[in-house]
Amino acid sequence: MGYPHEPHPRETLVLSEHFGAADARTYDGWVKRGGYKALEKALAMDPAAVIDEVKESGLRGRGGAGFPAGVKWGFMPKERKGPHYLCVNADESEPGTFKDREIMRWTPHGLIEGAAITAHAIQAETSYIYIRGEFTEPIAVMQQALDEAYARNVLGENAMGSGKRIDMYIHRGAGAYICGEETALMNSIEGKRGNPRIRPPFPAAYGVFGRPTTINNVETLASVSHIINRGSQWYKGLSLSNPRSTGTKLLSVCGQVNKPGNYEVEMGFPLKDLIYDLCGGVPSGTLKSVVPGGSSVPYLTREEVESCLLDYEGCVEAGTMLGSGGVIVFDDSADMVYQTMRTCRFYAHESCAQCTQCREGTGWTVRILERILAGEGEMKDLDLLLDLGEQMTGKTICVLSDSCAAVVMSAVTKFRNEFEAYIKGARRPMLAAV
Amino acid sequence: MHETTTYEPVLTGERREKLEQLLQRYETRRAGVLPALWMVQHARGWISDDAMAEVAEVLDLTPAYVKGVVTFYTMYHQHPVGEHFIQVCTTTCCNLVGAEVVVEALLEQTGCKELGATSPDGKYTVVEVECLGACGFPTPVMVNDDFIESVTPESVSELLERYK
Repeated sequence: MGYPHEPHPRETLVLSEHFGAADARTYDGWVKRGGYKALEKALAMDPAAVIDEVKESGLRGRGGAGFPAGVKWGFMPKERKGPHYLCVNADESEPGTFKDREIMRWTPHGLIEGAAITAHAIQAETSYIYIRGEFTEPIAVMQQALDEAYARNVLGENAMGSGKRIDMYIHRGAGAYICGEETALMNSIEGKRGNPRIRPPFPAAYGVFGRPTTINNVETLASVSHIINRGSQWYKGLSLSNPRSTGTKLLSVCGQVNKPGNYEVEMGFPLKDLIYDLCGGVPSGTLKSVVPGGSSVPYLTREEVESCLLDYEGCVEAGTMLGSGGVIVFDDSADMVYQTMRTCRFYAHESCAQCTQCREGTGWTVRILERILAGEGEMKDLDLLLDLGEQMTGKTICVLSDSCAAVVMSAVTKFRNEFEAYIKGARRPMLAAV
Repeated sequence: MHETTTYEPVLTGERREKLEQLLQRYETRRAGVLPALWMVQHARGWISDDAMAEVAEVLDLTPAYVKGVVTFYTMYHQHPVGEHFIQVCTTTCCNLVGAEVVVEALLEQTGCKELGATSPDGKYTVVEVECLGACGFPTPVMVNDDFIESVTPESVSELLERYK
């Protein structure tokens, strides 16, 4: 993974190649490492040609949704009737995910370059990098890199002498997971409460300030310069399983695992190899569960981990999702009921509260779980949790509600014995009486 | 005689100039709300109702609107906090590896009676926060703008040494 440990031989270093190299953060250090050649090349290409190349590469959104980036860019109007915008989603707040922070801390110019290429492709003269408020170091590093990029005429009125204006500004968040949702992010930039918007209209039609807008994740954009440099065919070749999942993914492994950190592997890498080989297994010696996509995806049991391949289709086949690639590991000392409660508490805290199902459902779910943990649960509570989960799925403006539901429903289904132990009094209450 | 304190505006002089320059980046003055609130908090340590009214006036908004924004975002303080504002992540990934024990150690060693309360000497406030995005380096702790990785119950005393 490059930082702070030596890369593992089974990693494929593209985005993380320069993690840990302090001078890679500087303009000169980035140029020395081949930086800004891709931007130069892209600026000489027709925007439509850049979109085609990225479409061909199969690059899919790395923030969690996995939507094909080139296709998303293709939704933008070909004819510019007013301003277009690019928003860089650097709001990284999905529990278990810590890759975008590293990309910004170690290769800020890599992000700037990828974003600038994208801005050119979608004909956006202004880009906002929405960085979550807590990321004080990435904000400082990115601002310094932006200052350098302006000073060296990479950005500005006449980007690299192309005659095109490319402006890029940081917009600092102020503590809201939901602002990582692309429409909430746009509202936050506009100076509003971070409430997601109903779609349609989609951002490409009506985005920030009502203008055509594309929002992309940090890791997605950081991949763009590599695709332009080495070609879409090279990127497509980085695929171990399903041809619809291409390139590399930074997997943020954390929780009860011996060697946590970011690991960059080709799409389709076996999850079990990641855990047992690259990450040295689990402290207690016995794995109980893994959540591979950040917290918003169903739990996998130890058996399901054995056959799960880490790409978009592979994870769906295993009954979960690749999501953001935040791999949270639970060994057999983990209390699945308590941790499910804690995850649901996260969603209850972060709900924007627009939709009744989410606002009431997340809070209610937490209270039921707390009651179970206090030894006051009943068997019918488990049916209630499943019913609640269904009511919270597919019925709201955004999928925070669905995320909470997916966690609870998979927990009750796959670890039912742990819930029953609390309910039947076979396990000592973890919480004080409610 | 009962003395009332008058509110002294924050967004004046250089700060106001900087804000106006920043507003050039956006299509509306409203978009300056988050940056303006950060300026206020940086200057005063928290955001009072008076400050919200000032931001509203500067950006052609209503005080109630600005308050709506302030109450949405968790990083804006609506009342004064300790000199060192300490945030500890206790979301699932950190929770699995002892974040709650770190919280206990911090509460004990800062003298804060409970989460959210400021210590009697006014130096510390400790709160739990949701995922700070450093899950591979548990437990991350923020002290004001400093982001500290890999804090353990054992390293809490050393951490607090740096913030006296």
